[in-house]
Amino acid sequence: MDADRIARTLTRIAHEIVERNKGVDDLALVGVRTRGVHLARRLARTLKEITGDEVPTGALDITLYRDDLMRHAVGPQPLVRRTEIPFSIDDRKILLVDDVLYTGRTTRAALDALIDFGRPRGIQLIVLVDRGHRELPIKADYVGKNLPTSPEESVQVCLQESDNRDEVVLEPGSPPRTPARWGAEGGAA
Amino acid sequence: MSAPAITKVDDIPAITSLRRKDLLGISDLAADEITLVLDTAEAMKEIGSRPIKKVPALRGKTVVNLFFEPSTRTRTSFEIAEKRLSADTLNIAIASSSVIKGETLADTALNIEAMQPDMIVLRHSSSGACHLLSRICRSAIINAGDGMHEHPTQALLDAFTIREHKKRLQGLKVAIVGDLQHSRVLRSNILLLTKMGADVWVCGPPTLIPTDITRSGVRATTRVDEAVADADVIMLLRIQLERMEGAFFPSLREYFNVFGMTEARLRLAKPDVMIMHPGPMNRGVEISSEVADGPYSVILEQVANGVAVRMAVLYLLAGGAEHETAA
Amino acid sequence: MKRLLRGGRVIDPVNGIDGVHDVLIEGDRIAAVGRDLPVNGASVVEIPQGLVVCPGFIDMHVHLREPGQEHKETVASGAAAAVAGGFTAVACMPNTTPVNDDANVTAYILSKAAEAALARVYPIGAVSRGSQGELLADIAELKQAGCVAITDDGHPVKTAMLMRRAMEYAGMFGMPLIEHCEDPSLKGDGVAHEGYVAATLGLRGMPGACEALGVERGVLLSELTGTAFHVAHMSARASLRAVRKGKEAGVRVTCEVAPHHFTLTDEALGSPIPYDTNTKMNPPLREAADRDAMLSGIADGSVDAIATDHAPHHYDEKKVEFDRAPFGIVGLETAVPLSLDRLVHAGLIRLSRLVELLSVNPARILGVAGGSLSAGAPADVTVIAPDLRVRIEAARLRSRSKNTPFDGWELRGGVAATFVGGRPLFVNPETGLAV
Repeated sequence: MDADRIARTLTRIAHEIVERNKGVDDLALVGVRTRGVHLARRLARTLKEITGDEVPTGALDITLYRDDLMRHAVGPQPLVRRTEIPFSIDDRKILLVDDVLYTGRTTRAALDALIDFGRPRGIQLIVLVDRGHRELPIKADYVGKNLPTSPEESVQVCLQESDNRDEVVLEPGSPPRTPARWGAEGGAA
Repeated sequence: MSAPAITKVDDIPAITSLRRKDLLGISDLAADEITLVLDTAEAMKEIGSRPIKKVPALRGKTVVNLFFEPSTRTRTSFEIAEKRLSADTLNIAIASSSVIKGETLADTALNIEAMQPDMIVLRHSSSGACHLLSRICRSAIINAGDGMHEHPTQALLDAFTIREHKKRLQGLKVAIVGDLQHSRVLRSNILLLTKMGADVWVCGPPTLIPTDITRSGVRATTRVDEAVADADVIMLLRIQLERMEGAFFPSLREYFNVFGMTEARLRLAKPDVMIMHPGPMNRGVEISSEVADGPYSVILEQVANGVAVRMAVLYLLAGGAEHETAA
Repeated sequence: MKRLLRGGRVIDPVNGIDGVHDVLIEGDRIAAVGRDLPVNGASVVEIPQGLVVCPGFIDMHVHLREPGQEHKETVASGAAAAVAGGFTAVACMPNTTPVNDDANVTAYILSKAAEAALARVYPIGAVSRGSQGELLADIAELKQAGCVAITDDGHPVKTAMLMRRAMEYAGMFGMPLIEHCEDPSLKGDGVAHEGYVAATLGLRGMPGACEALGVERGVLLSELTGTAFHVAHMSARASLRAVRKGKEAGVRVTCEVAPHHFTLTDEALGSPIPYDTNTKMNPPLREAADRDAMLSGIADGSVDAIATDHAPHHYDEKKVEFDRAPFGIVGLETAVPLSLDRLVHAGLIRLSRLVELLSVNPARILGVAGGSLSAGAPADVTVIAPDLRVRIEAARLRSRSKNTPFDGWELRGGVAATFVGGRPLFVNPETGLAV
């Protein structure tokens, strides 16, 4: 996916959101760190353009909810960043935003984290790329692109805000195990 | 010791783990490890403002708080930190009489270790007690204060508090006034602040200034006006009544007159000075009530930050260190 | 039985000998020292090249712990450690349980020594009853029972008044007063040398002045009473200064330094093992300037003797927090390698001076036989191997206790053989010496 494609995809998703929820009342966007946050903010801007309304946006760090924490005897700890959800999520419909949906474990962790914040009326999942190979019963409500992959391949989402360009790249071979990658791949070994 | 994990992606800092199994003192920590603790503490602090102040990070881990000295403040702080990370905590308070009666520290610790705790938080009246335990125990050891030696989590939470207000530690003038000789908080703070590039001044009566303290990279003076002049931060240390018996100074009244932090002395510092104290305070001895309760005091913030900093330490050590493979 | 130690370098300062000589031993006495002595039916021991034959070394400061603390050491195990360390005789301190303040305890110690039949043991008696510092012990009785000196070691004599009286009284018998020099109020509850290292580690300190005050007191009282005053385990430069001043003024003051005080400094408390209780002793390891002063005193003659202050402690007792650990380390089996490596090979002193420090002077100060290879002297001989590579292994020490900070140290210089009364009680096969 190139920059242009990404932009159009996000616009399409924004319209879908408005249609399915009949407007943006009671909606809030929560992006999963790090790239999910950038995508959530872009969606918020687009939704404002479409509807004229502000949709509250937050950033969620799911590190402390990962199911693979403390399981590695050796290796660096995933870095914990701040969670910033400056609004109440009670009785809202939360749009959880992430860049890649893979095993589903990141989403599971995000759901657990959100539930600790309050009791939303519902949670919908938005992903830019769904690359298959679910290990948990998780389904996205809005998908930018379905990208069938093999487990040996890796999907890299690059965004202007963090990587100085917009593109989605499919590469053979798994990426090196770094904290940034864990977030992107959304799953443990 | 293997090389630390180095990742430099986006604004992620250079290291993401501490290069060690235990936290015995600031003396072992490098500046980048200190920064990692402070950065992690920022994220941890936010958890305290959620409706559910708990994350599952240390779920299933057992932490033993082994306190040989009475302490409400530090022990409670550790306990809250452990519980917020969902760890199982065990508080063991050993009255000094049982120590005199028989079981050595080593035996007590080994007995506890047999129950396989993941971490032991130790406070003891003997300097070096944590080093002894780290040699004989496999659990990670966190120093909650050993004798007159170090109190690393206190220095870390002090640094965190300063950094929150001043956005940096480098180049700040920090004055530390009080019973320097007997203070583990002093030693940890000197180590941390000098490592992070602060300009540290220590002040107290000559009887309470440790030998050759300037070799630690600080300035020493017996004149409190000199110490606090243009200071960005003033830390007061507790004066204990028992010190009078050692003839360290004639009376508490005299100490207050010569060294006590009063509003008048405070005015010599910078207009946005921070007043800090590790607690518990002796009002009217090292600090006047007006200053303790005044607008420059961040003493209560220190306490609140203690939980976040201790959560960060527990989290960073609980993951295990790279060198642990050699066990 | 006749034994001829043939062809070794012999150093016997008292008789001005330093060169290749033979030593003839007859029974338990030295018969002759000379060149190319006739064999005449003696059993010949060829001394390999490089080894040096000396009058037997005497450690004038050891704690044998018996009676009362046999879990740490006994007279027998201490005497065995002594001969393995090259010592033909030791003088043992009275702070046993009970304190050696009467003839019974002295006799007990001597009988244990006779039973072991290893190094000679010279008991040192207490100055005061129970070493409590109140009443004088029965000093004449102690002398008669076999004590060679008096001390309240472990702590200083309680008051100047008592020390004066003890010196006057003991002077009657020609016994020196050996003093653990210290001002108790200045020592307080110190556990380390008062300096930068202790301040950083958070340990209560005792300054060098604390020891020097005791030395000054002893020197003045020795001047007053005329009795010989010996400074035990000297460690501080201020103490050395006081000893020098006293000697210049003609006072009968002598002093000893332990190997750890001329080798280590207080840095050892922090590294390699932080708070290693095997670096805790009293007087403590001091700063470099003090250690260097001890070396200079050894070099220029101000220091009279090397004595180990061998202080065995059981492993359990030392495996505690630094504050709570008892003071002291073992020293009998590390003294000779440390002395050879750090004093002789370091170019500070010659071998003949080392023999003075380890044999001639201790014998003279205590007034016991030994210190020379004169004809008729007891056949106490120490053969050293100055170029032997030695590795200190705590687990293999013969002492019951292994509390040493020198475990793993590689040093140049060791013991080849120890003869007591002509009997070879220790032989080190690594040196090529065969007896």
